Amino acid sequence: MRPVHIAGIGQIPNVRGDTDHDEVQLVQAVASAALAEAGLHKDDIGFFCSGSSDYVMGRPFSFTMAIDGVGLWPPKRESHVEMDGAWALYEAWVRLQHGDVDTALVYAYGKGHGAPVDGMLTAQLDPYYEAPLGPSPMALAALQARALIDAGRLTERDLAEVVAHARRLGATHPGVPAIDGPLDVDALLDAPYVATPLRAHDEAVRTDGATAIVLSVGGGGPRIGGIAHCIEPIELGLRDLTAATSVRRAAAWAGLEQAGSIDVAELHATYSPQAVLLRQVLGLADAVVDPSGGALVADTPFVTGLSRIAEAARAVQGGAVRALAHASGGPCLQHNLICLLEAR
Amino acid sequence: MSEPVQRVLGPVALDYTVHAGSVTGAFLEALLDKRLVGRRCPSCAKVFLPPRGACPTCAVPMPEAVEVGQRGVVTTFSVIRIPFDGQVLTPPYAAAHIVLDGADTPLLHIVGECDVDTVRMGMRVEAVWADPIEPTLASVRYFRPTGEPDVAWDAFKEHLG
Repeated sequence: MRPVHIAGIGQIPNVRGDTDHDEVQLVQAVASAALAEAGLHKDDIGFFCSGSSDYVMGRPFSFTMAIDGVGLWPPKRESHVEMDGAWALYEAWVRLQHGDVDTALVYAYGKGHGAPVDGMLTAQLDPYYEAPLGPSPMALAALQARALIDAGRLTERDLAEVVAHARRLGATHPGVPAIDGPLDVDALLDAPYVATPLRAHDEAVRTDGATAIVLSVGGGGPRIGGIAHCIEPIELGLRDLTAATSVRRAAAWAGLEQAGSIDVAELHATYSPQAVLLRQVLGLADAVVDPSGGALVADTPFVTGLSRIAEAARAVQGGAVRALAHASGGPCLQHNLICLLEAR
Repeated sequence: MSEPVQRVLGPVALDYTVHAGSVTGAFLEALLDKRLVGRRCPSCAKVFLPPRGACPTCAVPMPEAVEVGQRGVVTTFSVIRIPFDGQVLTPPYAAAHIVLDGADTPLLHIVGECDVDTVRMGMRVEAVWADPIEPTLASVRYFRPTGEPDVAWDAFKEHLG
């Protein structure tokens, strides 16, 4: 494998309700910042890849508008995934393995605040058996939480603790909007249920934002030590919701067992039971988990996974030897990506 | 046994709140004053109308607003002669790329108040505003011939692509 490094990162704060920037402006801000950090010009980049959803943005072909923000004229090699930007990074990593280009710019953008994200996620369920029933994402997360509680894997207090943890760390992170609500576990447990056993704060705060990452073969910056993804069936009834099978497999394929101890992990959990489950199956007892506050306090749809890679890379830049980034898509951790980052 | 199910309807409807953003928003607000306001790229100096959030060649923001003229030149066109779903106008009508005076990019619009067979590359046209005005490009009803002499090919060929 060719060694691929994170050469530059571009981030803007995740906000609740961005009325000022369209997709071009969001992308321009983060792409220019990532290129500047890498010391590169857009004309130095061999491959461009983005992750976004027209259903999130509410306009068709949003991603073809967004390329203005990276200046793809004259035309360049470019691709897009209708997935979280973490999968755009995966495609770029594969593209760099071909050997003919040495740099890639990956970006993702989304507006989760004004978009009907719940309705969108429900509409993408199995069209015959599940979508017509209209279960909300919260309801599906509650099914998973109940299964985990009944299996003796977690308690409601565990859920409140991961929420309190996310809020405490997120409160001081510049990319996270102001925390709205208590930081204390007992106060969180006093909140009313929305879908038992889950409360409103067990769901991530949806935000607007963007992230960009420059990859280069060789050079400096955190090195991608392993990256892999794995998906489970869309029918929830075919899955063991307590097993996180695709998380385990993605981690194994990325080389987690051989990698040595993980210092920092950034997890793409949009519901608190997912945050607990991920900690368990990834074995993160000795790691600092979600130093950014994680997805629960700032979830920009189709960006959150790429942002986890960006935050893990920041941790390595800041002195961590080895960091893990996790990205997810689909209900109840259906599709998972693990990216291991190492100091050079 | 009852009739076999042959199809299942699964209607999906989603409601959005979409913000135009500061650049497109300023363009739409200027329309309310019957003004066409583009943006100039600080790097290549081209004026984009409609404006875009960044110059697609230079990838930089374009903070400078530039009001362009209400007259311009038809750089290319097509006469639509058939009906289709969602059509607003009655065929035949001429859709054209029009580069307004002071702009560097073509605006897609309609040429009206003339026989479609007289529409031609190089033709000078001017905006005709709708009443009432709303913050959409439909507030320009169409562009009509000004009667000025045609523009020479060399003067607009760079705007063809």
